[in-house]
Amino acid sequence: MAKTITLTIDNTKVSVPEGTLVVDAAKKVGVDIPVFCYHPKMEPVGMCRQCLVEIGRPMFDRATGQPVLEADGSPKIQFMPKLETACTNTVSDGMVVLTETERAKAGQKEILELLLTNHPLDCPICDKGGECPLQNLTLEHGSDQSRFNFADKQHQEKNVALGDMIFIDRERCIQCARCIRFQDKIAGDAVLGFYQRGRNTDVVTFSEPGFDSVFSGNTTDICPVGALTTVDFRFGARPWELKNAPSICSQCPVGCNVTYNVRREAKSGGGYVIKRALPRQNEQVNEIWMCDKGRFAGYHYTESPSRLHLDDAEFAANIKKAGELIISAKSDLVVLVGERLTNEDLFNLKSLTAGVKGQIYSYSNMGGGELTASYGLTSGSDLGALGKGDTILVVSSDLYNEAPIWHLRLKAAAQRGATLIVANARDTKLDKFASFVVRFAYGDEVQTVNGLTGKDKIGSAITEAKNLVVFYGSDGLGFDGTNEVANACAALIKNRVGKPNNGLVGVWQSANSQGVWELGIKPATNLADLVKGKVVYLVAADPAGDSPALSEALASAKAVIAQDVLETATTAMATVVLAAQTHTEREGTFTSGERRVQRLYQAVPAHKGTKADFAIAAEIAHACGIELEGKSPMLVMKKIAAVEKTFAKISYGDLAKVTEQWPEVGKGDLYFGGSSYKNTQGLGTHLAYVSNFIKLSEVKTTPRFGEDVVFAVPVTKLFDQGTTVKPAQNLQDRISQARIAMNPATAEKFGLVVGDSVEIKLDGIAYAAIVKMDRSVATGVVLVPRSFGISITKPSAVEILSKQPIHVGGN
Amino acid sequence: MEHFLLRHLDIADINDINIYKQNGGFESLKKAVTIMQPQQVTDEVKASGLRGRGGAGFPTGVKWSFLPNNIWPHYVVCNADESEPGTFKDREIMERNPFQFLEGVALACYAVGANEGYIYLRGEFLHVQEYLDKCIGEMEAAGALGEKLFGTSYNLKLKTHLGAGAYICGEETALLESIEGKRGQPRVRPPFPAVVGLYGKPTVINNVETLTNLPFIVEKGAAWYRTLGTEKSPGVKVISLSGNVNKPGNYELQLGTTFRELIYTHGGGIPDGRKVKGIMPAGASSSIIRVDDSTFDTVMDTPMDYENVQNIGSLLGSASVIIIDDSHDMDWVINKTVHFFKHESCGKCTPCRDGNYWMLNIVERIHEGHGSQKDLTLLKSVANQVNGKCLCALGDFSTMAVSSALERFPEDFDKKVKA
Amino acid sequence: MSLKEKYSEEVNAIFAKYENKRSAVMPLLYLAQREGGYVTKESMAEIAEMLEIETTEVASIVGFYSLYHDEKAGKYRMQVCADLPCALRGADKFLESLCQNLGVKVGETTSDGLVTVESVMCLAGCDKAPMFQLQEGDRVTYHENMTVDRTMELVEALKAAGKEVK
Ligand SMILES: Cc1cc2nc3c(=O)[nH]c(=O)nc-3n(C[C@H](O)[C@H](O)[C@H](O)COP(=O)(O)O)c2cc1C
Ligand code: SF4
Ligand code: FES
Repeated sequence: MAKTITLTIDNTKVSVPEGTLVVDAAKKVGVDIPVFCYHPKMEPVGMCRQCLVEIGRPMFDRATGQPVLEADGSPKIQFMPKLETACTNTVSDGMVVLTETERAKAGQKEILELLLTNHPLDCPICDKGGECPLQNLTLEHGSDQSRFNFADKQHQEKNVALGDMIFIDRERCIQCARCIRFQDKIAGDAVLGFYQRGRNTDVVTFSEPGFDSVFSGNTTDICPVGALTTVDFRFGARPWELKNAPSICSQCPVGCNVTYNVRREAKSGGGYVIKRALPRQNEQVNEIWMCDKGRFAGYHYTESPSRLHLDDAEFAANIKKAGELIISAKSDLVVLVGERLTNEDLFNLKSLTAGVKGQIYSYSNMGGGELTASYGLTSGSDLGALGKGDTILVVSSDLYNEAPIWHLRLKAAAQRGATLIVANARDTKLDKFASFVVRFAYGDEVQTVNGLTGKDKIGSAITEAKNLVVFYGSDGLGFDGTNEVANACAALIKNRVGKPNNGLVGVWQSANSQGVWELGIKPATNLADLVKGKVVYLVAADPAGDSPALSEALASAKAVIAQDVLETATTAMATVVLAAQTHTEREGTFTSGERRVQRLYQAVPAHKGTKADFAIAAEIAHACGIELEGKSPMLVMKKIAAVEKTFAKISYGDLAKVTEQWPEVGKGDLYFGGSSYKNTQGLGTHLAYVSNFIKLSEVKTTPRFGEDVVFAVPVTKLFDQGTTVKPAQNLQDRISQARIAMNPATAEKFGLVVGDSVEIKLDGIAYAAIVKMDRSVATGVVLVPRSFGISITKPSAVEILSKQPIHVGGN
Repeated sequence: MEHFLLRHLDIADINDINIYKQNGGFESLKKAVTIMQPQQVTDEVKASGLRGRGGAGFPTGVKWSFLPNNIWPHYVVCNADESEPGTFKDREIMERNPFQFLEGVALACYAVGANEGYIYLRGEFLHVQEYLDKCIGEMEAAGALGEKLFGTSYNLKLKTHLGAGAYICGEETALLESIEGKRGQPRVRPPFPAVVGLYGKPTVINNVETLTNLPFIVEKGAAWYRTLGTEKSPGVKVISLSGNVNKPGNYELQLGTTFRELIYTHGGGIPDGRKVKGIMPAGASSSIIRVDDSTFDTVMDTPMDYENVQNIGSLLGSASVIIIDDSHDMDWVINKTVHFFKHESCGKCTPCRDGNYWMLNIVERIHEGHGSQKDLTLLKSVANQVNGKCLCALGDFSTMAVSSALERFPEDFDKKVKA
Repeated sequence: MSLKEKYSEEVNAIFAKYENKRSAVMPLLYLAQREGGYVTKESMAEIAEMLEIETTEVASIVGFYSLYHDEKAGKYRMQVCADLPCALRGADKFLESLCQNLGVKVGETTSDGLVTVESVMCLAGCDKAPMFQLQEGDRVTYHENMTVDRTMELVEALKAAGKEVK
């Protein structure tokens, strides 16, 4: 435990832990010292000098070492001749801090004036106007007239694209380096830097492509002026016109807490639309950050022109038809659920299926969820608490692409002293922060994991760890492979289950995959065979769009009922279509990969002619003579809690609870934490540990391909052509073409160079792709991105046919 | 008088390692390493009262004793950035008396238990780097550097590192950043380099001239050293004399020598029968001392030491004395100094970065004859706005000439804004 | 050709010198500047790769220090000190007439591409003003106590030397 220090700030006594910075101590007693360069998530740099205050310390007699006393017996305080920065000084016993004195105020005012002298003062057209720390402070303390010659201001470029997502206005930049430091210290992508020096200092990027980081959007939140703006929101709206709607990002298993900013717009008939996504603080999940996929792609599908909707009569008719088909099917009903559905949707769909004795499966190619459900993280766990003595193992996962905020959290844990072991068949961005990097050949995953408990440093880091968290993913693997890896990984932690901060985490491909497993729904491993001659009810799943083979298989079903938010290849071939709602239009809960259940709130009114999935399921059930809760997701959760042991303690009320979080964000002083939102709507709750012994299966090794065969393995790219991603206009450049990566040696064998268009053939079907190089990929292996129009669910032999561009449908 | 630092003036070939050895070279180092404890070396230097010659005048031995003894390794870094306008003494020492300088670096290393020392040279000193590398090689061959010095278990490696054109790298923490391969921008203090320095380890940073004093102090002792200079400013100082004097150059004098002796005896007086108008005793960073008929004798009789120069409203700093004669106007002078500081401001902190931008803007306007009385007031106020609020001393330095010129030479400015 | 191929010996020596890899960035940048007089983007990227840091980090070093250049100039950069101490001894006049003689303004390059004249800050040669340094690639040399005539002779000599090499 750190020692407690007592000091006085503006006549208020404060007790804080040793090592606390004066600025933070002040914050804790409600004294807001203005800052620009300081950010509570980063080490102080003392550059902007905005936080100048008077600091005095008790005087000590040099000879005796005794405190010098005033006449009244109080300790004599010696003030420094110069003002000091509150952000770089740590507290000490008996310190006296004065922030409101004339001298301190004058110092702050002088700095503010200098900052403004080269600032364009274009607040009326600035995106930050209305939520700008510089603007706010100026209104409060600044003078309304400049003593400087406006014409002599330094003029600089405005609207410079740093990358395809972020723009900089050089005139507005105040050189606080928050963006640069965030990228370097927090994101670990040091792709922003200062160029030149002195008054010519500019923020630049030399990465290819520009500002090459999936965390770039966060820099716009912590930029204390309007220098950095996103392509998504620039000139989109004025901050004061916006309302805040809390939600959970639906793009990956991390479950970042977000706030959607909404406003009424004429172009949508006066209805509310989402204008941007910002992080909402949850220090145990995403802190105050989010990734660019969640920010720039996470919600646009709400407004997609391909949204499905039905008028009331159609809806009723289609429900009736679906009901009839399901009744007629009896046990020949196959329900296939996508993993972006909420727990409530899944529960109702599962109940409906059980009611008619059909079969329910999830649409996924990743296994091991029985294990994560029983060996996963539980109450009291927090990746942010891992540090010295703890070990984190990441197997077969490229977290930077699969779950970026976990990448960031694990990097931070490693920097706090946790032992991070990254085992993968190729380089990932996390390697740089790992204590140990274990490289293996695709196919050797299980063998490798089994070998990690040897008598070496890695072995002892794993077996002797105070806490051990194991992440496994699907890099280069299909269902069987991940299932085997999960079993091997589970063996490492089987003696620790149920202990907080110990557990197995699946790096799933969807937001609620964990919820699917927790509710006992398993993936269909042989979908094509399953659907033949059956009545198939697909919810939030588009097999026809993903794979020509599955499309063919669906054609052989007896009937297809397709329920989704957007038109898909599957809805196009369905007998009956039902129009669902996006995660932004409704309530519900997701279970994150860390087994944290979190609430979605409705951000915008639902599109006309759509219903929430759980409600549709309840209506169909009703048509089949089964009564389910269809009105309120809260009531559905009550039912879940009643029957599912792990959910027993989950209630909407508890999910909405918040406890105090540090750093404080979201108050008027946006200069402190940035524009991320304070969480007032709930931090969520971990699922309980239910002792539920699972026998680990005898793991076999995934077969490897022969030496002379080139084989393709599936990998996840953050930005893909997923149903909810594709509608984001800003991303089209990034996702328009599938890029396959291979070792230059492999490429050479086929006479290929970077950027070549090739035709590859997988399972007899040809696809177009662009060639990319990656030296860390073994020769003879080609990385094929998932959800990019190429159907690949597991490692498969591939033919590289030609380097001629071929024309295939779609993009 | 015998020279202790500019010894090449007495022994022309002192830069030949053999000549250096014949004249007692490396004896101090040998004595220290073989028969003295590191602490004894530190104590001797402390007792000598040697103060840092890089500008701040901080007692050298005291600085060394701040290094914690439970964190290792320790480093010694020699500041050979020498970029203050008007300073060119370290260059002459390194070019002409390199072995004494390197012996001094080695002594400092031994005193603080460092096995590695860095010499950070300004980028323009490429020729000095190449020369020192050669000298280091010769010392290694002679057993005065390298493994097992003088048969003891003490190993020492010296390395030179070349900057690339940035005055701020003379600031000690910026210098460390630069060696670490980063932009040369000052660090926040505390922690001080003595605790968290180069590569995060305890580090001593000393100026070239400071270190060059060490062989004599170790050889002849603190008591001897204190016979030179004044009580509070003991020893000798190499003064770089430049500007409007007949014989500019480096002069090694005892601390406490008067300006008169420096300028008129050694410097040969002012050319063309002109008068001294201003003195900048610490390069471009100085407050300008006004010299006119009424102050002439007081200024000229002022002893140049850390205390007395302060008494006449300036600082001794690195003793880079720039003489300005009465043919120059002070608006021109500060136009030059502000130009320098604006160019060299690293840009890390607001007051220095933006303050110098505006100071230059206003000074230029005044100098070009477009200024007004209001500009003078504004200039004064901006200088105050910058002073005392910056991350490092460069910001303060940039205001010294400006504030003092406005205050002490008002007629030059009044003339300009009226015209 | 990459730096590593072109100057393998130097590159190895630089890496051997520092235990901390990143410290090698400044000497490597000089090396990168040896041939063309400025650091290309390709060199920055290559150095970044060698040091396992981002190209942006390398670039920000190039941008900070005034002896590194990111643009091509004359074969020689004649960097005349016009700072206060030199100016007190006539450096401004020297620079002005030098420019006239060379037919360029400060910052410009002679039409034959030989010399770019620049005005720089104090070079620690204050007692030997007028003075300048000549920067060529990764080399700098001092020229002190100069006159315009002697400088023009030097320029002629440089010109002649350049021709010989060709
Ligand atoms: C802007 C700035 C420039 C400096 N330049 C130099 C320099 O060129 N040489 C030097 O020795 N000290 C310089 N100093 C002082 C150093 O920071 C440091 O105090 C000195 O190297 C300590 O050595 P000493 O104790 O031996 O004097 C500079 C300080 C500042 C703030
Ligand atoms: S005072 Fe100037 S040089 Fe020093 S940190 Fe601030 S900007 Fe940089
Ligand atoms: S210097 Fe303290 S906030 Fe910038």
